[in-house]
Amino acid sequence: MDFLSEFPEMGRQDLRDLKKGIDQSFREFSRANGDSIEGFFEPLLHFMVGLEKLMLTIPWPFMILIFAALAWLGSRSLWLVLGTIASFLLIGYLGMWENTMATVAIISVATIVCIGVGIPIGILMARSDRLQTAITPILDVMQTIPSFVYLIPIIMLLGIGKVPGLLAVCVYALPPIVRLTNLGIRLVDKEVLEAADAFGASPRQKLFDVQIPLALPNIFAGVNQTIMMALAMVVIASMIGVKGLGVPVLRAISNQYLALGLMNGLAIVALAIIFDRVSQAYGKRLQKHRQGGHGV
Amino acid sequence: MSEVKVSIKNLYKIFGSNGKAMVQHVENGCSKADLLNDYKHVLGLSNVNIDIPARKIQVIMGLSGSGKSTLIRHLNRLIEPTSGEVLIDGENVLAMSDEQLRDFRRSKMSMVFQKFALLPHRTVLDNVCYGLKVKKLPVPEQHERAQRWIDRVGLTGFEANFPAQLSGGMQQRVGLARALATDAEILLMDEAFSALDPLIRNDMQDILLDLQEELHKTIIFITHDLDEALRIGDNIVILRDGAVIQQGTPQEIVLNPADDYVRDFIKDINRARVLQVSAVMEEGTSSSDLTLDHKMILEDALPMMSDSGVTEATVTRDGAAIGKVTLGDMIGGIARPKGHGQSETTYR
Repeated sequence: MDFLSEFPEMGRQDLRDLKKGIDQSFREFSRANGDSIEGFFEPLLHFMVGLEKLMLTIPWPFMILIFAALAWLGSRSLWLVLGTIASFLLIGYLGMWENTMATVAIISVATIVCIGVGIPIGILMARSDRLQTAITPILDVMQTIPSFVYLIPIIMLLGIGKVPGLLAVCVYALPPIVRLTNLGIRLVDKEVLEAADAFGASPRQKLFDVQIPLALPNIFAGVNQTIMMALAMVVIASMIGVKGLGVPVLRAISNQYLALGLMNGLAIVALAIIFDRVSQAYGKRLQKHRQGGHGV
Repeated sequence: MSEVKVSIKNLYKIFGSNGKAMVQHVENGCSKADLLNDYKHVLGLSNVNIDIPARKIQVIMGLSGSGKSTLIRHLNRLIEPTSGEVLIDGENVLAMSDEQLRDFRRSKMSMVFQKFALLPHRTVLDNVCYGLKVKKLPVPEQHERAQRWIDRVGLTGFEANFPAQLSGGMQQRVGLARALATDAEILLMDEAFSALDPLIRNDMQDILLDLQEELHKTIIFITHDLDEALRIGDNIVILRDGAVIQQGTPQEIVLNPADDYVRDFIKDINRARVLQVSAVMEEGTSSSDLTLDHKMILEDALPMMSDSGVTEATVTRDGAAIGKVTLGDMIGGIARPKGHGQSETTYR
């Protein structure tokens, strides 16, 4: 009856050897390729550092004006613009300006990277069922695996710093845009696609004139989700050396500084709300043509 | 018969994993129901042979599931056949490479869809330009040509609107303008007016007939509505379960329905609108002063007789008398045939 009460485990020694073997080979891999991988991400690092520096060099009143202008362009809502200005003024007044700019910089770069990588993957997935079956589980893993787990190989490979932090953010924030691009393109009206075919459109013409424009509302929902998830990763990314609002939050946790934690936490919330409302309002304006009724 | 524009030869379409092997069974007389039960394949089209004349309106009619929409999609190869040939101006569409096929769709054939299938994110003008944009014409020329067709279908002033802002009838006019803008010789219309309400449908039929008088395109029009088929068709093909059961002019079909299925179809139509004087004409001459052209439909001829207060008229062809017709003949022609007996009229 031993067999039923005791799980037939792999031997302890074997298990230890297995883990050791995996660790060892990954360590060797990162020793061999770490530098070249770091070199690959070099331009991204420069871009991120440059953006952060630029945002800190621009005098704060202009920076706030720029944010207000972006909010206006995206949403055309006066309330949102006023809210944006008030939030940034308060953030600055409470001494969180520099950290906020650092966070905005990494979020922006992460979003750009996710859009650049995610939309093409989503398009490819929409074109091939086999690719969709292959990629979907990878996306599931990326979204559900505890972030600390994938921080380990990233740190082993790239050490501590901005680039590994960015990578960690992107791993977490990439899936929604891939999923929603794929979904959006698959949901495009078959009749309209048939019409494009009947008029002799090439696959490329179909993609750019029909599929992407019609999938845009969904793709945009993906961008919105990606931004939100990137913001959610700010604190975890600060554990591996990313500057920004996450750093004081971490310090507050380890020292039980309630006020510090709350203020920085709320600053992240304020950023999230602004990004969310502006990008959603922009997404809605993209669909203006769907409204019926006469008159333009 | 005039010049043949589109020729469909021995066309089979069988949906399922192994359609090619099923053609043999269908050729040996396996029915649609048996094919589904015994082999789990769906018979789409079965040995379709149609010669479509140039510059006429060819109607393909059948109830839903009869394969008419499948058939029209074979003409521009939106659907690949299981076997058979589609020749357009003698060229086999099925032998074309992807590149040739795209070129062919851009220049030779355009299509109007039941649910309009307009691009919702583009304005009316841009939608009408679509075929021209695919052809990569310069933008000013696109706009100039599109504008002409927008004016022609009566949408002037709506160029900047989005499709969702227009009524169904107006949207289908955009669809029609889009199809006409490419100057293709062949126009495929897949239940183009079926989604519209009856009054608008009538309007659209008028627009189409009006355009056809001036353009003389080869139009292939799919419908499930016999009144529509009789009204606009120069020739009609009736499909059932993917097979052709009758083809001919509207008058031929009304006078000589091929079987009970067709007879059932035509029993409720307005025969006076289809039958021409020649169909009820008698030998001999009439003393009446009233003359009727042999191609005049009874619906027009009857009021003329009643206006002139006569019960007989002389039938003419190109001005020369070829026979006579009485009020009795006409009423007999209009009367719904009884039971399943053959049509009682003297046909030609």
